[in-house]
Amino acid sequence: MIHFENIHKTYPGAQPLHVLKGLDLHIEQGDYVSIMGASGSGKSTMLNILGILDDYDTGTYHLDGKLIKDLSETRSAQLRNELVGFVFQSFNLINFKNALENVALPLYYKGVSRKKRHAMALEYLDRMGLKDWWHHYPNELSGGQKQRIAIARALIAQPKIILADEPTGALDSITTEEVMQVLSDVNKEGITMVIVTHEASVAEKTKRIIHLKDGIIESDLFNIPFNLQTSAHHEVSRV
Amino acid sequence: MFDLDKWQEIWHTITRNKTRSFFTAFGVFWGILMLTLLLGTGNGLENGMKEEIKGFATNSCFFFTDRTSLPYKGFRKGRNWNMRNADMVSIKANVSSLKYLSPMLFGGSSDNNTVRGDKAGTFRVRGCYPNYAGIEEQNVIYGRYINEVDIQSVRKVCFIGKNVYEKLFNPGEDPIGKTIRSNGIYYTVIGVGSGLSNVQIGGRSDDMVVLPFTTMQRAYNQGDIVHFLAATAKDGYEVGLMEEEIKTIIKSQNSIAPEDDRALGSFDISEQFKMFNYLFLGIKILIWIVGTGTLFAGAIGVSNIMLVSVRERTKEIGIRRALGARPSNIITQILNESLVLTAIAGFVGLSLGVGILSLFDNIINNLPPGNDIFLRNIIIRFDVALAASFILVAMGMLAGLLPAWRAMQIKPIEALSEE
Repeated sequence: MIHFENIHKTYPGAQPLHVLKGLDLHIEQGDYVSIMGASGSGKSTMLNILGILDDYDTGTYHLDGKLIKDLSETRSAQLRNELVGFVFQSFNLINFKNALENVALPLYYKGVSRKKRHAMALEYLDRMGLKDWWHHYPNELSGGQKQRIAIARALIAQPKIILADEPTGALDSITTEEVMQVLSDVNKEGITMVIVTHEASVAEKTKRIIHLKDGIIESDLFNIPFNLQTSAHHEVSRV
Repeated sequence: MFDLDKWQEIWHTITRNKTRSFFTAFGVFWGILMLTLLLGTGNGLENGMKEEIKGFATNSCFFFTDRTSLPYKGFRKGRNWNMRNADMVSIKANVSSLKYLSPMLFGGSSDNNTVRGDKAGTFRVRGCYPNYAGIEEQNVIYGRYINEVDIQSVRKVCFIGKNVYEKLFNPGEDPIGKTIRSNGIYYTVIGVGSGLSNVQIGGRSDDMVVLPFTTMQRAYNQGDIVHFLAATAKDGYEVGLMEEEIKTIIKSQNSIAPEDDRALGSFDISEQFKMFNYLFLGIKILIWIVGTGTLFAGAIGVSNIMLVSVRERTKEIGIRRALGARPSNIITQILNESLVLTAIAGFVGLSLGVGILSLFDNIINNLPPGNDIFLRNIIIRFDVALAASFILVAMGMLAGLLPAWRAMQIKPIEALSEE
């Protein structure tokens, strides 16, 4: 599903910042991966490239068998719409749209009719247990509710992967639990899930934990509770 | 092209941000309101002016004599002279651009010179040809104007102004065939009228007793003298040229030095009207400049506020981009928002402007006549309103262009990382 081959990324500037230094990463369909690392380790950059929000300098990135390189803005927008669902730390809901309209928005850009996308949005809200809240605006909802709406929005266009950037960063421990449960349920349906987090407790819930350090993978191991054998390719990076 | 869904999305964004939309739209609303009011008032002023000069042949010129200022053909300078009937014959025979020629005589107006029974009033007396009515159009209330037969037979008849009638007759009384006395001589009334125009030659027509020219020459012992001469050019002929032609004929027939400018005075009324026309052209241009300027300022305001709003909405736009909005989606969204806002604001402004104008027009039309208001028909024409609407839409597009371009430049990652 996701194939990074020797990805390099440098942010230009007075002092160019070499963020990703030859990243190799392979994530298969249905994987449930968490990415950890200190700030500055390159995890956000990696997620942006994964989500076709940012470009990279050298190497190759294949998503769902398509080479993602030097795409036009229009093409990358289209691929984002088709393949990727985003969940953000700060939810990123549109304030002047109610829950239903927020969830339905990706379908608008897909060209689905208003009636149909509202019906689908209601269905996804129902799955998140928020059907009765469809007419509420984001500022009338709790953090957990907002994040579940964001997840519904990420799911509605039926993407191949969900990219979650610190999805529980703004939530308390109980709602974190709830949201992680929802994400696990989504993954069980076969959707690839990549979560960037710095909370070990969140990473523990995923099947595979990747540690980034200084732009390369430090470790990549299968999570014991999920996989009874030790990691098949447990690597420690050479610095 | 017409995508209901797209418009719903745009309408939604506009109505969910009421305050912002209102202030954005206000500039344009104000601009078009001002333009409408200015145009309407300008039109009203012009119509009012045209109303004043209506019924007066604007392509006319007038001649009158004075003492000569140069000696010529043995005559000393300072000689008194008059135009004669013979001059009229020569002018009619030789000036091809002539449409109407009306020699005139003026009589005195001593106190209570016009009498009928026990009623009397002070009015001027004038001798005219029938075609004077072609120069200063008459609104005939009773009877008829002087005609060719009156001239030929030197009839002792008169055509009186409206005010003369009101002074000498009882209201509603038929004046035709009645006799009045003017400056000691009796005339039969053949008609009553009032001048259509407010332009006047030698006094208002309404306060005038008009006699057939020939009758007046005889009654006042004027021989073949002409006091004053009015001439109108045919359509499409230059009045100034005709004026020169007539002056040349009159001067040569009366032994006046051709270069003597004092002896034969004249004025070309078309020059005055030309000036009016330029004046109104000037006013119109000014109104359009000021009006479109105001409108333009409104559009700049829209553009400015849209720019601010694009900054404010960076995050929203970033989210939309991340969810799969193409740059073209964002551009059309911002452009259309601007267009819809300006269009609505503009049409509200236009309607309100037209409403205010018609209200004032109504008030003015219902004022009693004789007031000094110089405005008539303060309305704007449909094609002008249409032009204004076109300008409006163009400005809406223009106003949205820069903000839309800015919005397109927004990179989703930068927008999303902005808190």
